[in-house]
Amino acid sequence: MRYIVGLIIILILVALFSLSLGQYELSISQIIDFFLYKMNIGTVDNALLMQNIIVEIRFPRIAGSILIGASLAVSGVAFQSMFKNPLVSPGILGVLSGASFGAALGMILFKEFIFIQAASLSFGILAVFIALFISMFNKQNQLIFLILGGVISSAFFSSLLSITKYMADPYDELPAIVYWLMGSLTLIDKHTIYVISIPILLGIASIIFLSKYLNILSLGDEEARSLGVNVKLMRSIIILIATLISALTVVLAGMIGWVGLVIPHIARLLFGSNNIIIVPIAALIGGIYLLIIDDLSRTMFNIEIPIGILTSLIGIPFFAYALKNTKKGWG
Amino acid sequence: MFRVEDLKFSYGKKDILKGVNFEIDASDVISILGPNGCGKTTLLKLLLGFLKLSSGEIYFEGKAISTIKTKSFFQRVAYTPQIHEGAFGYLVKDVVLMGRMPYKSIFSNFNEADKKIAMQALETLGIEHLRDEIYTTLSGGQRQLVLIARALAQQADIFIMDEPVNGLDFGNQYKLLNKIKELSKNNLTFIKTSHYPDHVFFVSNKAIFLNKGEILDKGDPNVIIRKENIEKVYQLKSEVTSINNRKICVAI
Repeated sequence: MRYIVGLIIILILVALFSLSLGQYELSISQIIDFFLYKMNIGTVDNALLMQNIIVEIRFPRIAGSILIGASLAVSGVAFQSMFKNPLVSPGILGVLSGASFGAALGMILFKEFIFIQAASLSFGILAVFIALFISMFNKQNQLIFLILGGVISSAFFSSLLSITKYMADPYDELPAIVYWLMGSLTLIDKHTIYVISIPILLGIASIIFLSKYLNILSLGDEEARSLGVNVKLMRSIIILIATLISALTVVLAGMIGWVGLVIPHIARLLFGSNNIIIVPIAALIGGIYLLIIDDLSRTMFNIEIPIGILTSLIGIPFFAYALKNTKKGWG
Repeated sequence: MFRVEDLKFSYGKKDILKGVNFEIDASDVISILGPNGCGKTTLLKLLLGFLKLSSGEIYFEGKAISTIKTKSFFQRVAYTPQIHEGAFGYLVKDVVLMGRMPYKSIFSNFNEADKKIAMQALETLGIEHLRDEIYTTLSGGQRQLVLIARALAQQADIFIMDEPVNGLDFGNQYKLLNKIKELSKNNLTFIKTSHYPDHVFFVSNKAIFLNKGEILDKGDPNVIIRKENIEKVYQLKSEVTSINNRKICVAI
């Protein structure tokens, strides 16, 4: 519990620091003054400019990074436990491929961002339903068939994505698609984040709430059943929630890899395997991690580096290091 | 307690169990013997409701098991699988605490009372010193004891165990069997599969010889474990003799 409080404090500090970063330099005390001013305590210079920079521009992006990092980490923990495999990532059932294809298709067919987002979400969920459908071919080895279904579904939507790229206008649409697939938080605005934060927060809260079932499901179907759990129902519910929140990360910011694989490992390395503890911890570490990475991506160079590139570049060595330190089973 | 009537089970076109009848009473320690692939594990899985029977019926306390709610069934019946490699290194105390799951609704979490019950289960088996160890780093014998502790925390009175001594060394095999003997005195019932006639003599008051999906013989181990049955089931010549008033079965 105190670790969770500690991580929440770190998250708030990193968020305050991130608000101060950017073209227009603000000090942390200026930001705190501004928040006090918003709560009708004290005054602040340049209130309108501050409003614009903090509330309209920087806050949505910071909230977006935290929510995306937390979602990917939580769904990573959930999928790894359900599949009894610590090498699984949130894309296992095809949600990320489906959502990427949906976004790319949306960019060709529509110009409105909202339609692109809707297409992304729909195809992300569709991809998982295809995987679930394939898993029903075999009642005995459902888990293995679910993974195979995910492989098939992922591959299918990756091919569709290639076709979409091939058919896209190479001067206008293709760069947009490619850039999207590298992940970027630049398009997050206040309105989007307010709408999407609700299902994301509800989803994360539900998985935290159901975390005791993740422990049980990780024992395998028969053992889980022998502890009185309705395995199929519980697994379906958790898959749907984890799918929804990971599809929503693509809707917000495109493909951001490795967070869902690396953060659960780091959480387990530090705090053991019990999901009741690990799920909220992973959410917080994921949020902090992606926030820091996004700060780097927008301040390291004059131009912004796509965040997906950084999460892979930083995540992979981190992951290798975590594996090296994994001596006792998996954490 | 359990009554199995004309139980049949087939997997695809293959008949695994071809009409099996038996009864299990409270405080029985019953061993199911038979060659590999004779349907022992299938029979356990049917008793646990993991598999759906093809025909016949299994009654638990007079009710067909398919009509009993999963949660209330598993408040009475605990399952100890063969030793497995868990993917995640949960702490021993967390593994034992999972035994409280059949008493939890979706909205309730483990509380202090549950933790106390889990600790008591560890103490009963004399392994409370393992509580903060990582389950996956334990030896096979210790893991098996942890799983039994989980079953005790489940407060079940019927323990269904699939080859509990599988993978244990000679000493740990008999230590585990002694625990089973000891626990069975407190009105607990054990249903287990076994590959070792000696173990059955040592611990069981009833045995079932299963061969090719049918019961060859059942009853008192001292009566049914004899060279004729061993030869029929395992195609092996053997001699049953006794040392220090204990029967043993030796292959010759």
